[in-house]
Amino acid sequence: MAGIEVRPSQRLPPCLLCKDCFLFLCVKKHRPMHRSSRTLHLRDLRARMNFKNLREYLAWLYYQYLLITGIYVLEPWEKSIFNSILFSAIAMVVYTSYVFVPIHVRLALEFFLGIFGGQPESTMALMT
Amino acid sequence: MIQTLESYSCKLSLFSKKYLSNGVKCEHIGKNGYHNHKEKNGQGTGVASRRHKHEPFEQAPMYVAVLTYLGFGIVTLFGYLRDFLRAVGLEKCNIAQEREKQKDFVPLYQDFENFYTRNLYMRVRDNWNRPICSLPGPVFDLMERVSDDYNWTFRFTGKTIHDVINMGSYNYLGFAENNADFLKTVADKVRQYGVGVCSTRQEIGNLSIHEELEQLVANFLGVESAMTYGMGFATNSMNIPALVGKGCLILSDELNHTSLILGARLSGATIRVFKHNNMQSLEKMLKEAVCSGQPRTHRPWKKILIVVEGIYSMEGSVVRLPEVIALKKKYKAYLYLDEAHSIGAVGQTGRGVTELFNVNTADVDVMMGTFTKSFGASGGYIAGKKELVDYLRTHSHSAVYATAMSPPATEQIIRAMKCIMGKDGSTEGMRRIRQLAENAKYFRSRLKEMGFIIYGNDDSPVVPVLLYMPAKVVAFAREMLARKIGVVVVGFPATPITEARARFCVSAAHTRDMLNQVLDCMNEVGDLLCLKFSRRKYSPLPNLCDETDFELDS
Repeated sequence: MAGIEVRPSQRLPPCLLCKDCFLFLCVKKHRPMHRSSRTLHLRDLRARMNFKNLREYLAWLYYQYLLITGIYVLEPWEKSIFNSILFSAIAMVVYTSYVFVPIHVRLALEFFLGIFGGQPESTMALMT
Repeated sequence: MIQTLESYSCKLSLFSKKYLSNGVKCEHIGKNGYHNHKEKNGQGTGVASRRHKHEPFEQAPMYVAVLTYLGFGIVTLFGYLRDFLRAVGLEKCNIAQEREKQKDFVPLYQDFENFYTRNLYMRVRDNWNRPICSLPGPVFDLMERVSDDYNWTFRFTGKTIHDVINMGSYNYLGFAENNADFLKTVADKVRQYGVGVCSTRQEIGNLSIHEELEQLVANFLGVESAMTYGMGFATNSMNIPALVGKGCLILSDELNHTSLILGARLSGATIRVFKHNNMQSLEKMLKEAVCSGQPRTHRPWKKILIVVEGIYSMEGSVVRLPEVIALKKKYKAYLYLDEAHSIGAVGQTGRGVTELFNVNTADVDVMMGTFTKSFGASGGYIAGKKELVDYLRTHSHSAVYATAMSPPATEQIIRAMKCIMGKDGSTEGMRRIRQLAENAKYFRSRLKEMGFIIYGNDDSPVVPVLLYMPAKVVAFAREMLARKIGVVVVGFPATPITEARARFCVSAAHTRDMLNQVLDCMNEVGDLLCLKFSRRKYSPLPNLCDETDFELDS
């Protein structure tokens, strides 16, 4: 079905962060900037999500994760399988980055410093 | 290039205007262009066509589409896993399966739609087909049911959930009611005529009450004659084959209802589909049809029938009637207008889209509608010129083979129609129409303000709210029921796979308080589930700039 592209407002630049993110806190911070002065009062119409403590907020984040990945509709054992696979994949990524990223960064730095740092040294060597 | 709608419709009739002015110019128009012909105002299209500027189909942000596909992908993978477990025997199979002897044949139950039913729909089907135990008016009572095996079977707990606000029934004018005063005439007619007819209209099933209804429908719509049928779906599917056949061309809108598609296919005519409400696409097809004719022989088409609906029920969009009529006149085609949702629901006095756009009813060749939505009964009608209706009385399959409408349903339509027209001596009908228009506008504008993506025209009482992700669709329905609001959510087979939505049907019987309650719950649930995807800035003041968006054919 053909759709119409929404034109960004000519008055305020669109927030780059908000177009991609869906985190609750980020949206709440950036939302007032999107309203012109005329429609600022509309901000108050939005229901505030009042999280009494961190546990409730984390529970809400887990709920969002369930909804976004579609796990919400599955049975509990299927949820556990998916969560364990995802968790182990993330754990492996974290472990690999912990082990290998410093080494790679160090090698890369040496390589680039070698290219740029090496030039004056070689001309000095030639002159002496 | 920016063009206004007025200049576009001017362009379409440019051919006729030039010809006329050319014909008159040489005789009566002076050198400086002066003439003293009386200028008359034609049928107005200027005022109503401006409504179309506010019918956008907003696209969701890219991440929403990506996450929708992700959600479907994950559930599909788990579907394959469960199918594997069922095939291996580790899990009991609860659905229909072929017998051992049939396994070598073409599979009956293994294609994608059954896969989808088994693995996605079955998991969440507690949101559909909920049993109710009262009249489906503005509020109704639900029977509470729970499932012990993840929705394969249900059992009732015995409790009833009372006064759930009904946002799913097609009860636009609120005629689905149990008021003894209003229904007195229906009770009398049941005593007089009986409950069933048991025969077709052509044999012994033609009752005087049917004739009275048809006369009333013709008066209501402002046409010469009308014919009614017992079932709305059958009106479309059985009458289109009577009107067109092989050698004819049907141009039907992308989003037409199944009954229209079925009728078109049964007729044997060639069907071409144009993009939804896209007049350039329709004009291109008409031009091509008139120029090239039938596919291989290049003979001219016997008939070209344009099939559109008044209000499309899944999008809430309204057809661009003045433009379709201009095209139809230019290319000499016929127009079939299905006003299932718009009759009684739009227009100043409830006469449908012809009144909304201030269009002459003689311009629409076949006006079809149903009594199911705004009149609280069942059945359909076809109205138009007397020759057309007389032809259909003898040649339509419904008229010849289907049972006639039952007397209580007929009387319900008669009393509802008299109420709308004001013939019962009260202003109840006008009050309801105005209440519906007000409710629809209010509901739509509040939802847009909140930041939901809504499709459709500002006047239509059908409000689809886009939810996109499959899990959110399910969570939305459950959360709304927990807040005692019954909504209809629609997913894959009825809508494109990435555009799942919740469809609200506003009714004249809803009070402002009920709507406010629904809106507050929508606000809460929208924030809880993060459903406010709209990136448009909505202001309550009307738009002053004159620009239009115009989808060019790609």
